Amino acid sequence: MENKYDVLVIGCGVIGAAAAYELSKYDLRVGILEKGNDVSLGTTKANSAIIHAGFDPESGTLMAKLNVRGSELAAEICEKLDVPYRRNGAMVVAFSEDEVQTLKGLYTRGTVNGVKGLRVLTGEEAREREPGLSPEVKGALYAPTSAIISPWEYCLALAETAVINGSDLMLNTEVTAMSREDDLWKVTTNKGEYFAPYVVNAAGVDAISVHEMAAPSNYVSKPRRGEYFLLDKSEGTRTDHTIFQCPNADGKGVLVTPTVHGNLLVGPNSENVDWDNTANTTAGLNFVRETAKRSIPGILFNKSIRNFAGVRATTDHKDFIIEEAAPGFIDCAGICSPGLSAAPAIGEYAVELLEKSGMKAEPKENFICERKRIRFNELTDEEKAEIVKEDPSYGRVICRCETVTEGEILECFRRPIPPVSIDGVKRRVGTGMGRCQGGFCGPRISELFVQEYGYDVTEVLQDRAGSEMFVGKTKEGR
Amino acid sequence: MYDVIVIGGGPAGMAAACAAHDSGLRNILIVERDVELGGILNQCIHNGFGLGYFKEQLTGPEYAHRFIERVHHKGIQVMLDTMVLDLSTEEAEGGKGPAKKIVTVVGKETGFRKLEAKSVILAMGCRERTRGAINTPGMRPAGVLTAGAAQRYVNVDGYMPGKKVVILGSGDIGLIMARRMTLEGAKVLACVEVMPFCGGLARNVVQCLDDFGIPLYLSHTVTDIKGRDRIEQVVVSKVDDKMRPIPGTEMYFDCDTLLLSVGLIPENELSLKAGIKVDSKSNGTVVHENMETTVEGFFACGNVAHVHDLVDNVTREAEKAGRSAAEYVLSNYYTLWVQNQICSGCGTSTYYRKKGDIVKFLPPSPDGAAFKMGKNEVICTVCPNGCHLKVHVEHDYKVTGNGCPKGKAYGKAEFTNPTRVITSTVKLKAAGDNEALDSRIPVKTSNPIPKTEIMNLMKVIDEIELTERPEIGQVLVRDVLGLDANLIVAKG
Repeated sequence: MENKYDVLVIGCGVIGAAAAYELSKYDLRVGILEKGNDVSLGTTKANSAIIHAGFDPESGTLMAKLNVRGSELAAEICEKLDVPYRRNGAMVVAFSEDEVQTLKGLYTRGTVNGVKGLRVLTGEEAREREPGLSPEVKGALYAPTSAIISPWEYCLALAETAVINGSDLMLNTEVTAMSREDDLWKVTTNKGEYFAPYVVNAAGVDAISVHEMAAPSNYVSKPRRGEYFLLDKSEGTRTDHTIFQCPNADGKGVLVTPTVHGNLLVGPNSENVDWDNTANTTAGLNFVRETAKRSIPGILFNKSIRNFAGVRATTDHKDFIIEEAAPGFIDCAGICSPGLSAAPAIGEYAVELLEKSGMKAEPKENFICERKRIRFNELTDEEKAEIVKEDPSYGRVICRCETVTEGEILECFRRPIPPVSIDGVKRRVGTGMGRCQGGFCGPRISELFVQEYGYDVTEVLQDRAGSEMFVGKTKEGR
Repeated sequence: MYDVIVIGGGPAGMAAACAAHDSGLRNILIVERDVELGGILNQCIHNGFGLGYFKEQLTGPEYAHRFIERVHHKGIQVMLDTMVLDLSTEEAEGGKGPAKKIVTVVGKETGFRKLEAKSVILAMGCRERTRGAINTPGMRPAGVLTAGAAQRYVNVDGYMPGKKVVILGSGDIGLIMARRMTLEGAKVLACVEVMPFCGGLARNVVQCLDDFGIPLYLSHTVTDIKGRDRIEQVVVSKVDDKMRPIPGTEMYFDCDTLLLSVGLIPENELSLKAGIKVDSKSNGTVVHENMETTVEGFFACGNVAHVHDLVDNVTREAEKAGRSAAEYVLSNYYTLWVQNQICSGCGTSTYYRKKGDIVKFLPPSPDGAAFKMGKNEVICTVCPNGCHLKVHVEHDYKVTGNGCPKGKAYGKAEFTNPTRVITSTVKLKAAGDNEALDSRIPVKTSNPIPKTEIMNLMKVIDEIELTERPEIGQVLVRDVLGLDANLIVAKG
């Protein structure tokens, strides 16, 4: 049976990618079904880009366990797979004596969760480390193991590694029905039927729909939107640590953090939405702006270069829902924050559950776990001179704001999971991420799609299917 | 070591380099990131350039062409397809004399090199403000782009971003693109401006919006963008005097494109690397009267110093920068230096060069009243002054309010036979079957044609297919449609 796999993973956000990465360490035939035209298109591409230390989740929960483990694994994986990652440390700041008490509670919880290096600082000590903090800050919980990451490159690197190790990634493949026949799951998609004894549901906000195809409903989806500001690199040094406010019922609150790319990221709010509504709102953005200024009053919001919103796959359960919901069918649902931090641990845990369910998994002898890509901007002068001599395409700067070269773009076209859209290129090499937001490089990258892939210009996409950049050519079809 | 390295080969860079040459410098280099000189003028195929400097109406590429020819004629060196990565200074040997300027460049042909110069002229121009800068709410679908990006797609690449267009902001590029999109067959539904006055020149409102019946909504803004993958609708609301949207005033436009023309920002990230001071509000380079920046031997001109309305003014300012750079180099740096003071403690002297006071660039005051037109009143579009004409129809079209004789003729014509010079592009088919390499060549009518004939002319233009690159000024269609005007090539 051509479409028969040992395991099918549904969804290729960071959770699906992490599951596939973990599964690809074993002698298994793994198939990944992704409805989008690229990996990392859902919550993975629009979040706070933080690897949390793990002091926030309630002790004893899956969230607590997998966050702490996931954060340890993330450091190793990012090193091996060349994913931008920096352990910049975080502070949770308190504005009142009550909140200082909350910090002490978080300290205790974090220590029970196994988070290393936590310390409670006075307001003065906090400002010494981070001079931009408000004079109103009365104390802070310092978490040195908190880190920042490129979430989409993380997801991509995990997915690429799975593919290099033999997994099949089926893009534009949306699951429409599931049934169990003779100990096999039949997974019906818009691209035909797939079969496997085991299925991992990592469909993010849509996990509940997939769950209901396989098992009776036992949780309720309650997606929550978070809105953000991304600020110019000139604001990127406003804080070096990730600054949280005390968590409340809605989540971890509005944070201010540098990104691994050198920008400043501010957000999110938290608002219930129906399904995957990623629109920005004036009210939401105003709330984020005003709340963040409490932590760091000096942020120059006129240096904003982009707003975005992401939807957390929250449910009516407080914890992640990772369990065998039907024979051989593992749910990874309700993966809201700290899902990105926990991702590789969720992958491990899913495999553990599959093995408990009877899956036989023999480790591969030749698992390949390495990845390197050239980031021209980060090379030394000598290295730059060398690479341009070797391959002149590295001498042509396509994205001026982020200094990304043609060579880097052409290289990403040849990787295991090539981009199919302008934003796909953006997520792979960083073009269009800067202050002009693709105004200058958009035309050049469109041309590269036309030249390299032989696309007709009307086929060039901004992002997902249906996001065509152009309706046609001038002088034609008036 | 170069006498001067000019960063940017647009109108500012070319004029500065030429002026430096005229002032006696010989070892001059222009570094340009694009594959040709001309900068943003190459995509500004409309006319109206050059009235101040050349005393005639030129299109952007024609204006650029004149300077490209001067650059080549003077033997100024040019590095194309080359990006400047870094600017720095290095102390002169023995600490005597001014610091060497180091310009780090990279290019496909150029390779990675560190160039040395006695002086540097910054002429990098500006970039457009984007949606992220103004925090427009709503979804983030394809089809939301800046007017300048759309201009490049339409005029240079020949790609149409959409067919039903709303324009946010009334900057000149937005107005110009309203006309361009209309001429290329799109329907422009509205131009929306949050301020109570128009951001662009009055003549652009007349010839880009009014001519085509495109409404301009002042004191309005976009309050929502709908569409998940491709834009489907924008919501426009009226704003109050504090620019807050007024609930209940929403208008809904079904569209496939939203163009943004919400301001320009000087592109000074490179200047900052050399420690040059940049105005925190305008992002323009801080300059003295001689266009020297706050770091000795670095000069700035054009839109990198402050955003200009007219290229003619850029040229004049750039010439000043070029002359100043030449003076700086030829005077052997020191002769101009004036002893300033002697430190009473250690006895050492400090010196300063005479470079004039820091210049304050004031934003142009909006011409809000210009649009309150009475009966028989028009705005003259002959030059950027935008004179407010009153045409006395009953008195043989006598014109008052004109600043020059051209206004008189214009005013009368507007009421008898209004005419316009039309600019557009024609197809250039690539050799062989590779459609990907097709491009567009700017053209214009040699004389104004009747307004009523504009769309008929566009049909003629659509049909033209060139197979080889034409010469500037070449006649493509003689006496087109019998309108007493030739269709000519407007780019070198």
